[in-house]
Amino acid sequence: MTAATAPASLRAQQDKGRKAAQNKEKWASARTYISAAVILIWCLAPAYWMVVTAFREVGFTYDTTPWPTHVTLDNFLTAFDTSFGNKFGQALLNSIIIGVTVTVVSLVIGVFAAYALARLNFRFKYLVLGFILGASMFPGVALITPLFQLFTNIGWMGTYQALIIPNISFVLPLTVYTLTSFFREMPWELEESARVDGCTQGQAFRKVIMPLAAPAIFTTAILAFISSWNEFLIASQLSNERTQPVTVAIASFAGAQPNQIPYTAIMAAGTIVTIPLVILVLVFQRKIVAGLTAGAVK
Amino acid sequence: MATELGPTPVKQPASGAAPVHHGPKGVGEDNRIASQGRWASWLLAPTIVALAIVIVYPIISAIVMSFQKDAGLDPVTGLFTDGGAAGIQNYVNWLGQQCAAQGGGTVACPPGTLGGQFWTATATTFFFTVVTVGFETVLGFWMAMIMARSFKGRSLVRAAVLVPWAIPTAVTAQLWLFMFDFNGIINKLFNVSILWTGSEWPAKWAVIIADTWKTTPFMALLILAGLQMIPAEVYEASKVDGASAWQRFRLITLPLVKPALMVAILFRTLDALRMFDLPYILTGGANNTTTLSILVINQIRQGFNSAAALSTITFIIIFLVAFIFVRFLGANVVEQSGASGKGKK
Repeated sequence: MTAATAPASLRAQQDKGRKAAQNKEKWASARTYISAAVILIWCLAPAYWMVVTAFREVGFTYDTTPWPTHVTLDNFLTAFDTSFGNKFGQALLNSIIIGVTVTVVSLVIGVFAAYALARLNFRFKYLVLGFILGASMFPGVALITPLFQLFTNIGWMGTYQALIIPNISFVLPLTVYTLTSFFREMPWELEESARVDGCTQGQAFRKVIMPLAAPAIFTTAILAFISSWNEFLIASQLSNERTQPVTVAIASFAGAQPNQIPYTAIMAAGTIVTIPLVILVLVFQRKIVAGLTAGAVK
Repeated sequence: MATELGPTPVKQPASGAAPVHHGPKGVGEDNRIASQGRWASWLLAPTIVALAIVIVYPIISAIVMSFQKDAGLDPVTGLFTDGGAAGIQNYVNWLGQQCAAQGGGTVACPPGTLGGQFWTATATTFFFTVVTVGFETVLGFWMAMIMARSFKGRSLVRAAVLVPWAIPTAVTAQLWLFMFDFNGIINKLFNVSILWTGSEWPAKWAVIIADTWKTTPFMALLILAGLQMIPAEVYEASKVDGASAWQRFRLITLPLVKPALMVAILFRTLDALRMFDLPYILTGGANNTTTLSILVINQIRQGFNSAAALSTITFIIIFLVAFIFVRFLGANVVEQSGASGKGKK
């Protein structure tokens, strides 16, 4: 080794090593930022393009200027215009009615099941958990045929319940599953203390756990509402003009000319449908990510 | 799985109450479990009943329907028939791509009819599934690795990946239809003139790209959650031992993130196998982009019972894929989500 014989050259070598390490670190951090920028552009550029187009005059639909040009609000008026047979306003209302009902029903039913699954020891727990998880992975097309026939026979086609009931089939499992993983993480010692102080299990649940569980329930409600809001397959078959939700309305948006797709109006409608969700998601980002990934890793 | 279905072993969580012996009846451990069981069945009953109504009933109903003939004009007599029992004829027709023939019996379905599309739709569905899940896994893994690092603006990136996820698929489809338009931004950006929805491969790639955009964030977040469970000390120890970045990835990250990764891939695979919204709106199923779900939907108005047979076949295919994942590839979802107690981070 040179260390004993030539301290000067050793120092030089150490300096060199340190510099190389620093350079390497700088390079690594630069790469991180470049990668982060690529992710940002990949995720946001299409959504940005939707918003930019939504605010662009119809005559400049295919303009490729990357920033807003020929700005107008006309497209939003066109989106709500009913003269070409579009019922976007009604569809928005329908989506809210369906989404809220499905969310409330799923939460009211699911919160009890989640409590039992997270908290109690009982036989067949994993069988029940497996059944509920299996239900959430269930293909919608397997339900649609019998429901189509059943609802036709009992005259439910074009009613809200014909859309609400099938939505519960995938929102309820999601609700139970997400709530179960949230409930596992909660400070249940408090429940035990309440019981020691003389509460029954039911009282402890209502008075101690419910207030603590509120954030978890709220997050689950957002996830449930989003998945109901985004549903298309069932709605496209079981709704009519009066009850169709926004997804169906946007998919079949008609313009003034039958052979020309009114892209700017569709982008405006898409923006209206998306912006509230995006705001909700960004505000509650941490909770939502926790809820989304809850079941998969914990 | 089998052992889990037996009676739950008497095992209290660390924070659980000690057995209470001072109650009026002197409640013992066994009674406690039994009373929890009773509680559990009451709490679970509404969910189980609701799922039985909205899922189990339609499945059974679909299976019953699938063994019935569709009502329609009898090709032999020209009279309207009521259907009746069909045995496995509906299934045979789909799998063999046979259609009812003039004068009874069946013939190979002419091209263009729904009956003649079963195998191409199956192939398309699997093609989409393999390619999109493949892309999403690789891209999602890469995104997760970046998001797991600490750098300024990390929370901005984590928020941004939620945007494609939050946009409804129907809107996503219209947005990409617009961008893939002949005069649209994509052709201009890459200086090409491709009629994206006009022929088979461009149409397929349009669906794949849009789907990858929409669902990679979900994959990335699931993988990220898995990455965050790996203790930092493991990496530090391996660095001390002189492991290279590639070795750290291959020998530490990959094996430790595998359970979460397998679950993410399973979720996405099952989701991709039922893909409907995107191709239905983006291409209308034209140019060989018809998936099994689209085929079922197109069949519904031509005959419920035949559609029920096809949806049952679709269900069985998805079930088999899920079974293979759980049984052979070790994607143990229930174990992952249920077995670990609290406090595991």
